[in-house]
Amino acid sequence: MEQVSQLSEFGKIFIFLILGILLVTATVFLSVILAPKKPTYLKLTSYECGEEPTGNSWIQFNSRFYVVALIFLLFDVEMVFIFPWATVFGQKSLLAAAPMWGWLTLIEMFVFVGILILGLVYVWRRGDLDWIKPAQQIPHVDIAIPKSAYDRINKEVYVVRSFNAGTEPEPISSDVPKPGPSLSKPAFKPTFRKPNNG
Amino acid sequence: MLKFATRFSELNFYITYVLVALLLFSFTAVFALFAVYAERKVSAFIQDRLGPMETGKFGSLQTIADILKMLQKELITPAAADKVLFVAAPVIIFVSVYMGFASLPWGPGLIPASLNLGVLYVFAIVSVEAVGILMAGWGSNNKYSLLGALRSIAQVISYEIPAGIAIISAVMIAQTLDLQEIAIQQGVLSTEGSKFLGFWDVSETGGIFAWNIFRAPHLIVAYVVYFIASLAECNRAPFDIPEAESELVSGFHTEYTGIRFAFVFLAEYSMMFLVGMFGVILFLGGWNTPLPNIGNIKLAEWTTGAAWGVFWIAAKVLLVVFVQMWIRWTLPRFRVDHLMDLCWKVLTPLAFLCMAISGVWRLLIM
Repeated sequence: MEQVSQLSEFGKIFIFLILGILLVTATVFLSVILAPKKPTYLKLTSYECGEEPTGNSWIQFNSRFYVVALIFLLFDVEMVFIFPWATVFGQKSLLAAAPMWGWLTLIEMFVFVGILILGLVYVWRRGDLDWIKPAQQIPHVDIAIPKSAYDRINKEVYVVRSFNAGTEPEPISSDVPKPGPSLSKPAFKPTFRKPNNG
Repeated sequence: MLKFATRFSELNFYITYVLVALLLFSFTAVFALFAVYAERKVSAFIQDRLGPMETGKFGSLQTIADILKMLQKELITPAAADKVLFVAAPVIIFVSVYMGFASLPWGPGLIPASLNLGVLYVFAIVSVEAVGILMAGWGSNNKYSLLGALRSIAQVISYEIPAGIAIISAVMIAQTLDLQEIAIQQGVLSTEGSKFLGFWDVSETGGIFAWNIFRAPHLIVAYVVYFIASLAECNRAPFDIPEAESELVSGFHTEYTGIRFAFVFLAEYSMMFLVGMFGVILFLGGWNTPLPNIGNIKLAEWTTGAAWGVFWIAAKVLLVVFVQMWIRWTLPRFRVDHLMDLCWKVLTPLAFLCMAISGVWRLLIM
């Protein structure tokens, strides 16, 4: 009779699963009851920092992530193989039965992992682990001025005039530009979007 | 009559487990609330501020007030979103983290579901959260969300490799996937016998000397690898490029409002406790006391028991969670290429090295 009433351990996990989903859904439902519900057109648009959302975001995405996923798959499958081995290679009972068991399986696993690490080294050497960066372009301008002219300016030593509190400061050149004729008004005119369903 | 009694005991059994599940659920939620408050206070003290001070004594009711506010906020589902994925994602994220707690031992004899595959189970559950994140990011149909989710997935699956290999190197020392058994091996209750650094028999002494990181010292490196990888799996700073708020608004949960956002947010904090506890069980002695027996002063035996177990594991995990918060408020965010370099070129080779040492250590020294 005792066995009938026993839940298996995964049965207990199942209780956890059901209860977790129930409780979270109940809380969300409570919020649905409590919270106001006044959807408007603008509220339901996708958030793009206040700009009008353009286009769909379900697009093709950067394949760098794809390479990472491939390498992950390789190693994850490997890990699934290692887990069961890791629990038996050093068992005392098995070692007592066959003394070479431990070292034999250890070397076998090293060979297996070694092949996969070789794969990692290959991907590493090929540069697939490196993040694809845009090539940096150094700005270049076609001018006749030689580079030495710039170097001379850069090397020029500027002398700081000694500070003297007593004397009047020398007037800096007086050709301050006078304010010209009235400037044009700012070209930016804010517009406001009216909600369609006002 | 006998039949009725059997039925009753059967019912009793189910009720017990529903109660255990309820207890664990409320623990997950309450811990997350507490952790949010703790994080705000820790960050405040690190930055020489006071943090929340208005609600309750020292602002202690702040997160409760926050969650009550979240309950009353409108749930907005964007018109462009994939409704099913969008609504299901927070449930999956929170429930998967909560399910992880189902097989973690809290003390001798205190384990909600004692799976003999515990390590593999928790390891798998942690990855299910990534599926929830992808659903949230894709379902939102928002560029920030999608970018955040993709970064998150790339990061979580990359760091799963060093984390997994580091876990395997601990499993190779323990020779079992049963988390309760792994915890028992690291203290005075062990029947197998354990040696401190491989030369001093500490099966009677117990305490800190019998923890896995001291039974096999290379596991210290493995624990550091696991700890760094676990930060990345929680999307915690310095690995928080999935929600880099300076470029992606808030990553995969940009479109979430109200209680749905709250669940995604709380899941992050519960996840911190989950990965912290998993690491503590595998490397830092689980629920075992750090105090050793010294001659006739049986400190280790006096401080081992169900209640002590809960105390020790909670203390250790809270310490780990504090370190996670400390790191978040100390280090700047990683750049994405540095992040991948660290994972594939530093942590993965290091983890494989730990695994190789584990194999030799187990056969030669233990």
